[in-house]
This record gives sequence, structure tokens and C-alpha cells, in this order.
Amino acid sequence: MSSEPGGQGLASTGRVSRLGDLDYAPAPESAAIVSIADAYGLYIDGHFTDPERHESFATLNPATAAPLARVARASAADVDAAVQAARRALPAWSALPGAERAKYLFRISRIIQERQRELAVLETLDNGKPIRETRDVDIPLAAGHFFYYAGWADKLAFAGFGPDPRPRGVAGQIIPWNFPLLMAAWKLAPALAAGNTCVLKPAETTPLSALALADILEQAELPAGVVNIVTGDGATGADLVDHPGIDKLAFTGSTEVGRQIQRRLAARGLPLTLELGGKGANIVFDDAPLDEAIEGIIDGIFFNQGHVCCAGSRLLVHEGVADEVLRRLRRRVDQLRVGDPLDKNTDVGAINSAAQLARIGELVAAGEAEGATRYTSACPLPAAGYWFAPTVFTDVAPAHRIAREEIFGPVLAVMTFRTPEEAVAKANDTTYGLACGVWSEKGSRTLWVAQRLRAGVVWANAYNRFDPASPFGGVRESGFGREGGRHGLEAYLDV
Amino acid sequence: MIAASGPGTAVVEIPSGSRVPQVASEAQLRTVLAGLSGVDAVGVAARAAKLATRSLKRETKRRALDLAIAMVDLTTLEGADTPGHVAALCAKARRPDAEDPTCPPVAALCVYPDLVATARAHLAGSAVRVASVATAFPAGRASLPVKLADVAEARAAGADEIDMVIDRGAFLSGRLGQVFEEIVAVKEACGPAALKVILETGELGTYDNVRRASWLAMLAGADFIKTSTGKVAVSATPPVALVMLEAVRDFAESTGQVVGVKLAGGIRSAKEALRYLVLASETAGSTWLEPGTLRFGASSLLTDLLLQRRSQRTGAYARREHVSVE
Repeated sequence: MSSEPGGQGLASTGRVSRLGDLDYAPAPESAAIVSIADAYGLYIDGHFTDPERHESFATLNPATAAPLARVARASAADVDAAVQAARRALPAWSALPGAERAKYLFRISRIIQERQRELAVLETLDNGKPIRETRDVDIPLAAGHFFYYAGWADKLAFAGFGPDPRPRGVAGQIIPWNFPLLMAAWKLAPALAAGNTCVLKPAETTPLSALALADILEQAELPAGVVNIVTGDGATGADLVDHPGIDKLAFTGSTEVGRQIQRRLAARGLPLTLELGGKGANIVFDDAPLDEAIEGIIDGIFFNQGHVCCAGSRLLVHEGVADEVLRRLRRRVDQLRVGDPLDKNTDVGAINSAAQLARIGELVAAGEAEGATRYTSACPLPAAGYWFAPTVFTDVAPAHRIAREEIFGPVLAVMTFRTPEEAVAKANDTTYGLACGVWSEKGSRTLWVAQRLRAGVVWANAYNRFDPASPFGGVRESGFGREGGRHGLEAYLDV
Repeated sequence: MIAASGPGTAVVEIPSGSRVPQVASEAQLRTVLAGLSGVDAVGVAARAAKLATRSLKRETKRRALDLAIAMVDLTTLEGADTPGHVAALCAKARRPDAEDPTCPPVAALCVYPDLVATARAHLAGSAVRVASVATAFPAGRASLPVKLADVAEARAAGADEIDMVIDRGAFLSGRLGQVFEEIVAVKEACGPAALKVILETGELGTYDNVRRASWLAMLAGADFIKTSTGKVAVSATPPVALVMLEAVRDFAESTGQVVGVKLAGGIRSAKEALRYLVLASETAGSTWLEPGTLRFGASSLLTDLLLQRRSQRTGAYARREHVSVE
């Protein structure tokens, strides 16, 4: 057999212009569909109230560094008022038949869906993440969590925690800035389904979607005091942790703060769940579906600017395909559209805060100083606001800081391995244990590796996939407890 | 306003000079195809769905609509086709929008072999090419001499491009050498005419098979790989297009040989066509953003493209009556 390469047929017809690059014209979502107040109070006992000391702070749009609104700073007395309100609301709420609680949760889910466009824009403005992600991931998943746990509310006796599981009581819940509304939903939905009342403390830099959620709770006519929202900084969070009136604490955030919380709670016997940092490894074998693996690597580290606790911030690639994977990876990194988060075609948005940008910058500088090779997309960055171009480090040694510390930014550390044993050893060479990805077309190998990874979540030929029905959480310094699925109920039931 | 940077378009470096490997045996062919990376079905669907969210506005949309029109292989493959119908389509192909001379002509008119002469006559003097299906279209169930005679007839009548079908039965039963040799033989019979090889992806069953069939066709000398005949239940889909665009990109990078992609069957709206342009741009790059390398095989698609083009130009939704009916 032989073949002659074709070619004659491809002569251009000669009259039609080429498009050249498909250079997308700006396609911004309108910011006008959301109205942001000048100032927000605390949501306590079903009302927005002024903080006791009348202190407030500004929340910024990270894409421009311009202030969006002023938000109340709750004092210890405000936190106390919130906990008291939750305590007062507890007997009636926990005594409601599960099916009645479910009605509220279904209603909240539906209102989130109805207001999804507004919420997506608000979240993008306050957080800096692209509108594509708030529209297609954050907001639908938040609605999905309320919808999912609404279904559990009248079936708690069948959840495997005994015939008549009771709620814990008043739950203190502290959430991070990377998925503000989604994390609120992860915390509130199972707590409410199980009959708890809540005091929620949103992150300092991203309080607005939680305050919009307060408006939604009112719209859903949730009884006063069942959910209270206190805004503030770390001090407010500490006041909530220290409050003797809470029966349960759930925290999502950094490992450092998680440690402080656990220390503060020592000897109190308070049920605690912690969802902390991570240094996830994406492991790519030489028989991986390469095109999909490249997308998985991109999703793993550049989704939400890398502000993801389970981000695949380490790439472990089989030496035999390392050159090919890196060549393709660089091409994809160059394609990423960085800029206006409200533009529907933006892939990577703004870094959430000046402090986070400084932290990323420091670790990247450390990576260069320690001898790793840096590749950064040449994309121009906006002048105002907080931005960091997608970056890939190669020649990374396991001892480098960028291979060990959570960067929480769009920075990938690439290392190679020779055998499955070595891949597992390197993936487990971290104090964290939240998530890993395994890329191979060979099922037996994927299972062999997954069984040996010390991580709460292992994705096979996928990364950063979330579902309300699927439990999520870490081991070791990534925390303990599970959120999502049937397992997520356990944190809020006295079992 | 904050600018968004990064073009989205993939930058693909194609080496100069063609280095397509000579396939000396079926065993060698089998080894090459088995060595291709597998396709994860969930991942490829997710990637295609994500690219479908790209938003084309203003000048980008206007240029993309014009390009899509210029990429159309205006197609009529019905038992009821007549010379009169084909003549009407020829007029449409030359000047799709009767009221707007700035509208580009389509790339080609695609007909059965017996109507090639009619099309040729009515397209004389225009740049619109005449494409003909051949090789016992659409099932491909005939002996090789019959298929070659089919091609020869279309060629003799003046076809510029031949759309052949592969023998799916042979492919699915593992007779890869037979499929390869048929394509080689048809390519030789085509002479200077461009050869589009229809994989009929709706009958191949898996994305792995789509990738392997794409490479098989390219190694055998295809100028285009084409999704479908339009005669089975499932035709072009975004994930299938993505796998084929990855195949032509990887083939070009490793051999220097640029092979086109024709998406055919089931593409009816301008919105779908623009999504395929996005897929081509972000997967294979700007080399595949011209009619020489990307085609839409369709009949009703052109109508919607013309309506959307008018809407873009006038700022108002165009009435269906503004586009001629053939």
C-alpha cells in the first residue's frame, strides 16, 4: 500500500477572505441588572440592623479596585445578638415537620434560580471571577445544594444516622471568599434541612452575595432568626468561634486559620468540621486521553484564578509524555483570555484582593529564586485592579516552596515521574490531602493509584467537578468532615 | 471598560514540507492507529459545551457570518432532485442574497453524480466549485470497481470535489487495510479533484473510532475529512467536530500536511455554525478558518445565515421572505 499526500484540492478558492484569528469583540454582561446599596447592615433576627458600634468597611471590585459598598463590621455584641436570635428560632424550626422545612429550601432554591443572572453579576463584581463561572457554576450549584438538601429534610430517619436524628442546635458557619454564595449554600442547606438554625459569617472581601441571599431568605419568608448573617473580618469570626451559645462550628478557609480555630475550641467538645487548604496533584500517565487531560490541567489550576482549595496546583506528568504535555499546555495557557470578569468570553478573572496578589507574587518570586523555570502567558493585564497572568513552573523540585505551599492563585508547579509508585509517592508528598486527579485510559491503574492517594477526593479523567449529591472534604491538614451528599448531613445531626 | 486579552485562537505551528508517512502494510497502519491517544467521552463533551458558551458580538459576528456563508457546501441529495432544482440552487450559490451583492458566494454546490453536468453548466464562470458525492453514496456498499466508476463519472462531468464514503462495515470489523486501500484508489481516481472522505461518525460508535478513522483517511490521502452523509440519525455534533479538529491539527503538526474538515448533516442554524467556527478556532487555529480548510455541508443552514447576516446589517430581525426559496 502506498499513498500520495493530497494537496491540490486545498487550493483556496481565492475570493474569500480568511477570518484570521477569531478575535472576540467585547461581550460584557450588563452590571446594571444588579443594584448594590451604598451600605449594608447585619442580618439578625429577620431584619437588617445597624451594628452596635456603627463600624463598617468597604468591599471592593477586585477588577478595578473601586469600592462597591460599605458593609457593617459586627462586634462581639452583634455576634451575641445573632446567636441569641438563632437560639430563639431553634425550637420552632427544629420542631417543624421535615416536609415543611423542605418547602422553604425548595423556595430558596427556586428564587436563586429566578435571580441567577443578578446573583452571577453581583458575585463577579465582588469576587472578580469570570461571569462564565458564576453563571455556569457558582449560582446553579448553589441552587442545586438547596434543592438537593430540601429532598433530605423529610427523610432524615433514612439517612443512616438512626431512626430519629436530632439537629445539633445553633450552627456557627464561617465561609471563604473564593466561592462566596456557593459556600454559603454548602453550609446553610444541610444545616437547615437537619433542623439547625445558623449564624453565617461571610468572608471580609466578598460579603455581598451573602447579603443578597438574606434578601432571598426574606423573599422565601424563612422564619426570623433561622439564618443570621454577620459580616466582618477575622475578629468577627473569632467572636463567633468563642461564643458559648453555638452548638456546632463549620469553617472553610485556610489551614492556618483552621488551626487557630481548633486551638480555640480545645476542651470545649464542640462538634467541628474544617475544610481547609490543599495542594492537589493532577497525575497524567502516558496513556492518558491527552486532549482531555490538557483541559483538565487547565481547569484544575486556572478555574477561579486558582482560588480553589482543591486546585490541581501540582502537575505530575509521566516523563515519557512530559514534553508533549508541556507543549500543548503552553499553547492552551497562551489562549486563555484574561481580563474583564464581566465579559462572557473571559477565561481568567481578577485576583480577589491585594493581599492575595501579594501572596501569589511572593511565592512566584520564591519559585524563581529556588531555580524553577517560569513560563507566564504574555497576555496584557489591565492597569487597575488585581491581576496575575497564568503561570506554569517547570523544573520544580519537591523541596521547592511552590511545590509544597498552597499558592491559591493561577500558578502551576510541574514535576515528572517514572513509575506509578513514584507518582503516588510524589502526590502524597504534602501535608495536605484534599483532592487529586488521575489521567489514564487504563482503569486498573487508575484504581490502583486512587486507592493509594491520601486525599478526600480523587477524580478520574476529570478535575474540579462538583455535585450536590457527592461528598467533598479532606484528610490530614486539609481538614475533616464532609460536605455534600448524605455524608454532609452528619455534621449537622446529633448522631 | 477592562479589555479582555488573549485571542482564544489556538496557535498551531505547521512545519513546511509534507512528511506524511508511507503506509506499507495493514500491520503498520494498525500500529499507528493504536498509538493514538484515547478520547475521554465525558471530557470531550464538556470541552465542546464550554466552547459553545463563547459569545460572538458586533464585528466578530459579522465577519464570522460572512465566513460561514463562504464555507457552505450548498447541498441537495434527494431522490427528487431535478435539473431545474439544481439550476435554481446554482443561482443561489453564486449570489446567496439576491438583494445584497456584498454577500459572498458559497464554497461549492454538492449534488449526485448525474447532476454534476447541470451544476457545472450553471456555475460556469463563477468561483463556486462543483462537489459530487460518489462511491455508492450513502451506504458505500458496492464493489471497488463500481465505486471507482461512480467517481470517474462525476469527474468526467466536471466535479471539482469528490465526497466519498468509507466502508463502515469494513472499518468496524477491523479490515482497516481495505478501508485504506479504497481511499487510496479513490484518491487516485480523483486526479486533481479534492477528495473529501466521509467517516459517517454516527455509525462509528465511539470517539476513539472517530479519531482513528480520521487518521486513517488522512494517511490515505484525504484532502478533507467529513463527518456525515446526512442520511443517518446522528450527523455532525460538536464533540465529534472537536475530535476531528484535534486530528487535523495533530496531523498537520506532525506531517506538515493540512487536511480540511467538513461538518455535514443536521447543522441548521447560524448559531450552530458560529459555534463550530469557535471550535475550529480554539482547537485547530486560524489555518482552519477559511473555506479551503473548513466547510459546512448543509441545505437549510444558508437561509438562517443569510437572515442573521441581514439582521446584523440592518439592526432589525429580517423576515423569512427576504431569502429566496429554492
